[in-house]
Amino acid sequence: MARVVVDPVTRIEGHLRIEAVVENGVITDAFSAGTMVRGLEKILIGRDPRDAWAITERVCGVCTTVHALTSVRAVESALGIAIPPTAELIRNIMMTTQYVQDHVIHFYHLHALDWVDIVNALKADPKKAAELAQSFSKWDKNTPAYFTDVQNKIKSFAANGLGIFANGYWGHPAYKLPPEVNLIAVAHYLDALVWQKEIVKIHAVFGGKNPHPNYLVGGVPCSINMNEVAAINSDRLNLVKRLIDQADEFVNEVYIPDVLAVASFYKDWAGHGGGLSNYLSYGEFPTKGYGQPDAFKYARGVVLGRDLSTVHPVNATDKEEIKEYIAHSWYSYDGGDKVGIHPWAGETNLKYTGPKPPFETLEGFEKYSFLKTPRWKEQAMEVGPLARLIVSYAAGHDDVKGLVGDTLGKLNVPVGALFSTLGRVAARALDGALAMGWLKEFYAELMERVKINEVSTFNGELWEPKSWPKDAEGVGLTEAPRGALAHYIKIHNGAIANYQLVVPTTWNGSPRDAKEQRSSFEQALIGTPVAKIDEPVEILRTIHSFDPCLACAVHLYDPQGRHLHQVSFE
Amino acid sequence: MGQSIWQSMEQKGYSRRDFLQFCAAAATVAGLGRSGASQVAAAFEKQEKPAVVWLHFQECTCCSESFLRASHPIVLDVLLDVLSLNYTETLQAAAGFQAEKCLTDTIRDHKGKYIVLVEGAVPTGDDGVYCMIGGKTAESILQTVAKDAAAVVAWGSCASNGCVQAAKPNPTGATPIHKLVDKPVINVPGCPPIADVMMGVVTHLLVLGQVPALDNLGRPKEFYGRRVHDTCYRRPNYDAGLFVEAWDDENARKGYCLYKMGCRGPVTYNACSVVKWNEGTSYPIQSGHGCIGCSEEGFWDNGPFYQHLPAFPGFGIESTADTVGAAVGLVTLAGVAAHAVVTNVRKRSVIAEVHAEDQKEP
Repeated sequence: MARVVVDPVTRIEGHLRIEAVVENGVITDAFSAGTMVRGLEKILIGRDPRDAWAITERVCGVCTTVHALTSVRAVESALGIAIPPTAELIRNIMMTTQYVQDHVIHFYHLHALDWVDIVNALKADPKKAAELAQSFSKWDKNTPAYFTDVQNKIKSFAANGLGIFANGYWGHPAYKLPPEVNLIAVAHYLDALVWQKEIVKIHAVFGGKNPHPNYLVGGVPCSINMNEVAAINSDRLNLVKRLIDQADEFVNEVYIPDVLAVASFYKDWAGHGGGLSNYLSYGEFPTKGYGQPDAFKYARGVVLGRDLSTVHPVNATDKEEIKEYIAHSWYSYDGGDKVGIHPWAGETNLKYTGPKPPFETLEGFEKYSFLKTPRWKEQAMEVGPLARLIVSYAAGHDDVKGLVGDTLGKLNVPVGALFSTLGRVAARALDGALAMGWLKEFYAELMERVKINEVSTFNGELWEPKSWPKDAEGVGLTEAPRGALAHYIKIHNGAIANYQLVVPTTWNGSPRDAKEQRSSFEQALIGTPVAKIDEPVEILRTIHSFDPCLACAVHLYDPQGRHLHQVSFE
Repeated sequence: MGQSIWQSMEQKGYSRRDFLQFCAAAATVAGLGRSGASQVAAAFEKQEKPAVVWLHFQECTCCSESFLRASHPIVLDVLLDVLSLNYTETLQAAAGFQAEKCLTDTIRDHKGKYIVLVEGAVPTGDDGVYCMIGGKTAESILQTVAKDAAAVVAWGSCASNGCVQAAKPNPTGATPIHKLVDKPVINVPGCPPIADVMMGVVTHLLVLGQVPALDNLGRPKEFYGRRVHDTCYRRPNYDAGLFVEAWDDENARKGYCLYKMGCRGPVTYNACSVVKWNEGTSYPIQSGHGCIGCSEEGFWDNGPFYQHLPAFPGFGIESTADTVGAAVGLVTLAGVAAHAVVTNVRKRSVIAEVHAEDQKEP
């Protein structure tokens, strides 16, 4: 028996530590630890609710915009603000843009190197690589000259030290791709790096910059005026159109074909990493306003026990449905460590009880993470692209059902293959393809509204705090690229009395709850084979399949404004 | 490829004297003094692409993401040709102890020669337990890595001035890098910094071989010498007293000045209105939202964001960060109106007449 420690887990956002117990080449137990905390929820207290989007946006710069959107929704829900349809479309364009960019970066730059052996790509025949690539993609760059050029770049790069590719698990027996597929993936890794900076210009058009574009409670900050150079006008909209067309080509001719090509060599990973069997989605992309979740592109609900015949309704404001636990987290509750608390009523005091750094292991410590542990009706939930697709599939959304069925057919695998590490990778690609299609749709609808001069982007009726009630509470729900995201706010006398975030990686990466039920990361690692314990690429495959975002996941919350930092070393 | 820094500079037309000046500058930044220049020169003549490590502490990775958005040069060329990025938790292939080995090997093999780029603040509260990597505290990692570095760059507001986690009440004791290391730090603030500004700093250090001229806050004067307001294309509207009065009102649709909506451009030193973001696509004011001042120390506590700044009679286009303090309070609307109307009433009437003429046209 060996205890394998991976810290830092790289190619993620934030600071994550995994400790896994390996017996006879298989993981039998696992511990997921978030090891950084900033205290943003405490910082939010007392501030203007209209500023919260900017503060919470800084939770994460990888999934930038998602916290800003969730925050303005939370404030609008608390105050009863409905935003103009044109503003909703611009928000949808921003969010689908984020999905597409985020998923492509995740696949190539954060995940691919777990499947793609970059050193082995040097052995490829560029001509064969071109033939292969042309067999599954119409992308005109896939020529022998292009692949030769990429190979030369890598050769000359490798001769001078491998830089960011140094000390990878190159040559590990778990790498299964032929040299030509490795070369195709490496070439597109480089291309994706060049392309990703283009699509986010859409954020710059509507929000002024990326990362961290600007949002506004009550709408969006940009104004549309087709007869003014200093507003969103025909030039700006044409730029957006070009960027969308470019993204459409990259997603459908490069990203999706590459995911399918790589996946077809790793079908055994449809049998690993399944983890939990419960899936939660808040639903996303309003088409008739945020107040009508039935008309969202993605459905809201829960699927339990992989039973696709029933979608259970979710009410995030019900104090019995969503609770957070700290039984294994470095916090304390007044009512003891075993109780769970709804985000609106919660309390948290940081209380580190782990080993005094520097340390080698967290083994033997009851508490081992700065992440709290959220539960829906006492049950652990997986969130993310896979959960979104499963809930919408079960809810009978035609576009989701069609695309999922089609892809399973192409890979020649059953529906059950979705519940796995490989399923998660494929689901994210399909999620990207759906978002790409909807991005085009939202843009077309925006142009229709511009045509009839329905260009209002802001509802100012309740902008001034003097128009607000003395007390208000609200919840903002989104499906971030990484999964179900909720912001809970309480407003008192025009200021934030209380703010809490329940974040995708908190659902997936949290420690056990008070009943010792594991969350997604830990459960998904159980049963995963590890060929070489000093090179545990298999752990990275499953953990990366969730696209962890640790800065998002770790937070602290203290509604009473008490300052209770107690640190004791055991 | 495969060239030493000297070879690369020579090829680009730099003289031997330029090269030695670069080495002297690098030595000064490294705390070696000018006498250390020959040591650095010897190192750079032999060494191929300079070794760079990128540390991540209390941050949101927006600085790394911004770096990836660079348009000239594009990040791919920088990663392949300009520097050897040996450690970055965001992109590197290796994980766990193999990743840590990348770091320790770089420190050992490039002692005194590697460059450290830091993203994030360091929590010093409660013995540093609020940020631990590989079982070690952020502060201990920073001290170990910075000790033998040739230069330390603080990317973004977190590393330069603490940023969001250092906003009141700063629950974890988040601390900027320059307060922790005992050598000069180049501060590149912003949340995040503009990608092409980051590349400009890289170019100074690794291509031109110079430490850029810095202001008294350690910021490169090239990018932080002017206020957003002074180079803003909406500035003539401010001078004329033409303001957006409410979001998406008629004035907003004409692109008037956002001063009354809380814009921090008048007190923010950054390159946004000149370099702009995402290959010059836009910047916050151009897209209709005021500047929130994200490159200024303590900007999170200088709010609320939608309450406008007082009028500053002393503000002129000639001001720089070295002559104007950053401390700013908030006053009532009357201040702005008085300043704008009194000082610019003539100009305003001229522009207003032009607009009125426009309205008359069929």
